Amino acid sequence: MARLELKNLNKTFSPKVIPVKDVSLTVEDGEFLTLLGPSGCGKSTVLRMIAGLEEPTRGQIRLGGEDITFRRPGDRNMAMVFQSYALYPHMTVSENLASGLKLKNIPRAEIKQRVAEVAQLLGLEELLNRKPGQMSGGQRQRVAVGRALVRQAQVFLLDEPLSNLDALLRERVRADLKQIFATQKAPVVYVTHDQTEAMTLSSKVAVLNNGYVQQLAPPDRIYSHPANLFVAGFVGSPQMNLLTLPCRGRYALLGDFQIPLLDIPTVPPQIVLGIRPENVRIAQPEDEHIIQGRVFLVEHLGMHNLVSVRVNSSHSEPQTVRALLPTDQVWSNEEITLALPPQSIHWFDVESGDSLVGRQRVETMS
Amino acid sequence: MFNTKTIRGREQRTAWILIVPALLMLLFVFGYPILRAFWLSLFTQNLGTRLQPVFSGFDNYSRMAGDGRFWQSFWVTIIFTVSSVVLELILGLAIALILNQKFFGRGLVRTSAIIPWALPTALIGLAWAWIFNDQFGIVNDILLRLGIINTGINWLGDPTLAMFAVIFADVWKTTPFISILLLAGLQSISPDLYEAHSIDGATPWQNFRQITLPLLLPQILIAMLFRFAQAFGVFDLIQVMTGGGPGGATEVVSLYIYSTVMRYLDFGYGAALVVVTFLLLILAVAIASLLLNKLRARTSGTT
Ligand SMILES: Nc1ncnc2c1ncn2[C@@H]1O[C@H](COP(=O)(O)OP(=O)(O)OP(=O)(O)O)[C@@H](O)[C@H]1O
Ligand SMILES: [Mg+2]
Repeated sequence: MARLELKNLNKTFSPKVIPVKDVSLTVEDGEFLTLLGPSGCGKSTVLRMIAGLEEPTRGQIRLGGEDITFRRPGDRNMAMVFQSYALYPHMTVSENLASGLKLKNIPRAEIKQRVAEVAQLLGLEELLNRKPGQMSGGQRQRVAVGRALVRQAQVFLLDEPLSNLDALLRERVRADLKQIFATQKAPVVYVTHDQTEAMTLSSKVAVLNNGYVQQLAPPDRIYSHPANLFVAGFVGSPQMNLLTLPCRGRYALLGDFQIPLLDIPTVPPQIVLGIRPENVRIAQPEDEHIIQGRVFLVEHLGMHNLVSVRVNSSHSEPQTVRALLPTDQVWSNEEITLALPPQSIHWFDVESGDSLVGRQRVETMS
Repeated sequence: MFNTKTIRGREQRTAWILIVPALLMLLFVFGYPILRAFWLSLFTQNLGTRLQPVFSGFDNYSRMAGDGRFWQSFWVTIIFTVSSVVLELILGLAIALILNQKFFGRGLVRTSAIIPWALPTALIGLAWAWIFNDQFGIVNDILLRLGIINTGINWLGDPTLAMFAVIFADVWKTTPFISILLLAGLQSISPDLYEAHSIDGATPWQNFRQITLPLLLPQILIAMLFRFAQAFGVFDLIQVMTGGGPGGATEVVSLYIYSTVMRYLDFGYGAALVVVTFLLLILAVAIASLLLNKLRARTSGTT
């Protein structure tokens, strides 16, 4: 087993289509790296370059210190689960599982044993003699994972393996996957555009957009310290409130209310304030950073209500703040006072979108 | 007869109403001539009977058993059919594999590949007869210029070479048809399968053997069935190129039947020949389609 390194990868299909501009990543042994990003941001392309199905235009791929950029896919000892599963329709499940091992000329007895082990692990014993056409989506998905696992490869690559499953099944298989790959020593690269998957499965998340890595960090850090506006807006549901506010003195103006800025050397004319709806609460008497506004929309999410509030503003266009509030109270078209806890506020540069060392108090504490 | 309460029952009734005209049509166009031919084959009707039908039972059939020319033509037909179909399949598959790759001008090549098949067979026969002509043919001309031969070969005058020439012409004409058919099959194979297979370490040859061939089998069998039936009844190409010569070396069954009926005016015996060939062909096609269904069930996996 070995570490996988991507160095300044670039893939240029044509001068106008450059899905991967400059991507550098490292995945250690036993690490579960998730590539997270919106549809079309080049996640599959990165994965296909790692697998050798696509040749990088520039950059290097190293496995265990060895340069494998131009090695044939079959010589890389990687196993991949395709977005479409890519099961061989004319083979039974057991033949599908065994095909990779047969190609490697592994003795029959060992093939049989390894197929049986994986089938047991994934609960495929009953299905071994079925063909892919006779199975449900979830079963096919497990066969696809099984075909990768049985290979005992050096690196596992998974391309949105859960995207075709319904929500319930997805949750179950996600838990299964987490357990299965926790026992594997090899690096895993997992592609998804579903942030819940990324958060629950991975030990490290790389958020991709526009062909660049926006942030590479453990999932909790991605969530608590988004490196820029894109990550802040993409990760977390419901989406973070991102408000572009004018600055005056040491304050940002949100409607008629003043939010103290963090310590920055020069105060820009404008700044972006970010706060997650779950961090906005109903103000208590002792709260400092409070805003007032009128509720204009209440969405029931089951556990919470997502309440949209138009912040009172006498001068400018009113801004909207969304708050996740407990369901025990009902508001409709009511005046409400909310607190924005300073330790939950993120600040971003308007131009570059980069984080301005938000939440510094928490950071110095931890 | 139909339970019109269920959707399925109503659909079945509609299906029958829609299908009956076609069935009647088939009955008249195919059923009647076949039965009429069988009826005629029980009579002797030739110049000896002044073209009057005289009932003779199965005389025509027993005569056939001792008819060396018939069995000779049958044998020629089999040689022609098997060699042309096999060659066409191999070449057609090779061309389909090439046309399935991405290369500059693929669209143009794909379109022009179909041209030989679209031309009228009689014209093609004429052209090939000239190409293989011993005096003025281009084949001899090329071979002479290359110094491979010293004197012109009489391609259509030698039994073996004549057979070779007609097979060659037939392969040239129908390979495009097969390659287009197989190309459609190739395009329906998802590229993911090849990618998955090569990540597992498969060589191109293993990809071909374990993915392409099994998944293309239904199309290969359909092409084979089509071409088998067509080649078995070949007439125009050989009639134009050699007329069955030299000395019956390329006389296929349909040519023999044609001369029996149209030249010797032996209608009863001709009908018997038609019936026997027809039955043999039906038998072959039935066996082939049985195999086809079995294989298709095995490869598609969705039964
Ligand atoms: N072979 C190709 N030729 C040209 N452009 C391509 C090719 N493959 C991918 N692209 C382009 O590259 C971009 C990224 O594609 P990619 O498949 O990596 O997206 P993705 O992040 O996996 O998206 P999704 O989440 O929808 O699967 C897309 O805009 C796509 O059109
Ligand atoms: Mg993708």
